[in-house]
Amino acid sequence: MTSATRLKDHAVSFSSSRTPNQRPEFAILSDEEIGESYRLMRLIRRFEERAEESYTRGLIHGTMHLSIGQEAVAVGIVGALKPHDTITSTHRGHGHSIAKGADPARMFAEFFGKSTGYCGGRGGSMHIADVEAGNLGANGIVGGGLPIAVGAGLSAKMRKSHQVCVCFFGDGASNEGAFHEALNMASIWKLPVVFVCENNKYGMSMDISRASAVPDIAKRAVAYAMPGITVDGNDLALTRATAVEAIERARRGEGPTLIECKTYRIRGHSKSDRNLYRTKEEIESWRAQCPIERFKAEALDLGRIDAKAFDDIDAGVEAEIESAIAFAIESPMPDPTRLTDDVYAESLPHHA
Amino acid sequence: MFTLKVFPIMRELTYAEAIREALSQAMEADPTVFTLGEDIGVYGGAFGVTGDLVHRFGTERVIDTPISELGMAGAAVGAALTGMKPVLELQFSDFVTLATEQIVNQAAKIRFMFGGKASVPLVIRMPGGSGTGAAAQHSQSLEAWFGHIPGLKVVQPSTPHDAKGLLLAAIDDPNPVLIFEHKLLYRMKGPVPEEAYREPIGKAAIRREGRDVTIVATSMMAIRSLAAAERLAAEGIDAEVIDLRTIRPMDTEAVLKSVRKTSRLMVVYEGVKTLGVGAEVSAAVAESDAFDFLDAPIVRLGGKDVPLPYNPILEKAAVPQEDEIVNAARRLVREGRV
Ligand SMILES: Cc1ncc(C[n+]2csc(CCOP(=O)(O)OP(=O)(O)O)c2C)c(N)n1
Ligand SMILES: [Mg+2]
Repeated sequence: MTSATRLKDHAVSFSSSRTPNQRPEFAILSDEEIGESYRLMRLIRRFEERAEESYTRGLIHGTMHLSIGQEAVAVGIVGALKPHDTITSTHRGHGHSIAKGADPARMFAEFFGKSTGYCGGRGGSMHIADVEAGNLGANGIVGGGLPIAVGAGLSAKMRKSHQVCVCFFGDGASNEGAFHEALNMASIWKLPVVFVCENNKYGMSMDISRASAVPDIAKRAVAYAMPGITVDGNDLALTRATAVEAIERARRGEGPTLIECKTYRIRGHSKSDRNLYRTKEEIESWRAQCPIERFKAEALDLGRIDAKAFDDIDAGVEAEIESAIAFAIESPMPDPTRLTDDVYAESLPHHA
Repeated sequence: MFTLKVFPIMRELTYAEAIREALSQAMEADPTVFTLGEDIGVYGGAFGVTGDLVHRFGTERVIDTPISELGMAGAAVGAALTGMKPVLELQFSDFVTLATEQIVNQAAKIRFMFGGKASVPLVIRMPGGSGTGAAAQHSQSLEAWFGHIPGLKVVQPSTPHDAKGLLLAAIDDPNPVLIFEHKLLYRMKGPVPEEAYREPIGKAAIRREGRDVTIVATSMMAIRSLAAAERLAAEGIDAEVIDLRTIRPMDTEAVLKSVRKTSRLMVVYEGVKTLGVGAEVSAAVAESDAFDFLDAPIVRLGGKDVPLPYNPILEKAAVPQEDEIVNAARRLVREGRV
């Protein structure tokens, strides 16, 4: 099945087992894109590992949700967007933000509650947003971003801005009424929205087999007359190729697509998860499917990039994370006397 | 000279354990009682309240739901309407916003709309409040919204004892009862009798008697007000602390009686100050004869007019803290205003 026919086919597929050199998906990636995609996945991974460590050291208040193991979804999909396109993100949104160009220094600053953070220390991990850069926000409410993405798509259509909105949400979120309302509206109005379900098998502790009447969320697209496709979410080249096609379709005015990326969260749901609902073996089997290692191995196999280049990228990521944390630690706390600022806006925003 | 009174040593439980015990006693006693919610089965609940209940009562009576708040609230309403007694857990009270249609338009009104021919014996438990760094969408105190709706009862237990007794009373109640628990209280320990006792819904508790000022408080603020009252006592100020426990129906008689005695009133609550519980308590006094007893303006300490911030310094500044209660009460008593 070529990528051109995939979206027209409502049937689902979950395959990327062909060897890399037979894979057309890899061909669409330039050498620069290969390097950059790898760099972003590493950056997300190291960002979250260091955030976790900072949490353990008591530098972070509250909780956080790590996307370790899911990096190929964020980077694969967002990498197919243009800078002026938008995304809506989730409580597990660090990867989406970084893929959309967020500065890890300002993200760490936000986690540490500092005034230099993306939300001035008011939001924390669950509310990272950068509206100017097209990140319409992580969300503490499961499913909260789905209708907002419809609105961004409607606005893009009305303003004729040719922007596309990618809406990230989890398998658990697809059981909220908001999911069904959003998909239907996006479809009847042929909006430029791409719905991306990160199906990591669980909504907190709830196995998808107990929560959803269908095992593949993409099947639900049929009910809303839009293409639905299931892909291996740990395969960056595949998520990218699928996104490119869905985004082009949306930009042409042909309406929304539902892409389901099967993936897995390696860490617990949040910092208080005791993993009582899954087995060590299951976690280990997915750890072996690390999207970053898989991508690297395939790129090396294809001879598209050499090992030295990967090492250089790794070193660059380490340096960036190190300086990001230093920036966050040195940044000032917000001024408590300004607590009630920004509850209301003083003037209308001006959009380009 | 000294007579030593011997009290039987009462067993202590945490607030979360007390709730679990109430659920388990209610389920043991009545096969129509069941509980549903997100991650309340093997996970044991986001705050560990349901714990091992699924192992004791099975997945048919301790039901893990999909993430579908409106659907599960409606399912609870439908089950209550047809002979069951559901106890719904919402993982955070903030998510009640998604379930509000079924609670406000359906559960609250069915009895009345149907001419008294039906009832909805439904309990919804949910944790509210700030103090855990959970930020704007996981820290709200929304109880006053529901206090505005005839047909609902709204309960806010502040001790393990009340958490159990009020939950058992709520399960017995033939009406929809919303219980706003507080995240910071789940690990608090206190004496809890072993038998299945009830605490009356709609009755306040006087936590401390005093002559100089009445402090009416709810939930976590009742705990902070009591601690503040002990500090005030060391300065010679004798505060009476009333824990409302239920905001609808509200025990205004307990408040009026106290104000007639102390002549000063302070209301402390975590929800946003504007249009909140404090306004209702103040108005009840202003509309009654107790108004004539007041020696000073009424003081309300409530949440600031902001969403809850993440940063811990800002978060603390957004809701009343013990120092603020002490300072306000001291000024009210000493200077006649705050
Ligand atoms: C409306 C709402 N209900 C429940 C929650 C609590 N909660 C946060 S994340 C989560 C699980 C979400 O599962 P999924 O959508 O699959 O995303 P994942 O966590 O797997 O990334 C739950 C139940 C919430 N934040 N918002
Ligand atoms: Mg999930």
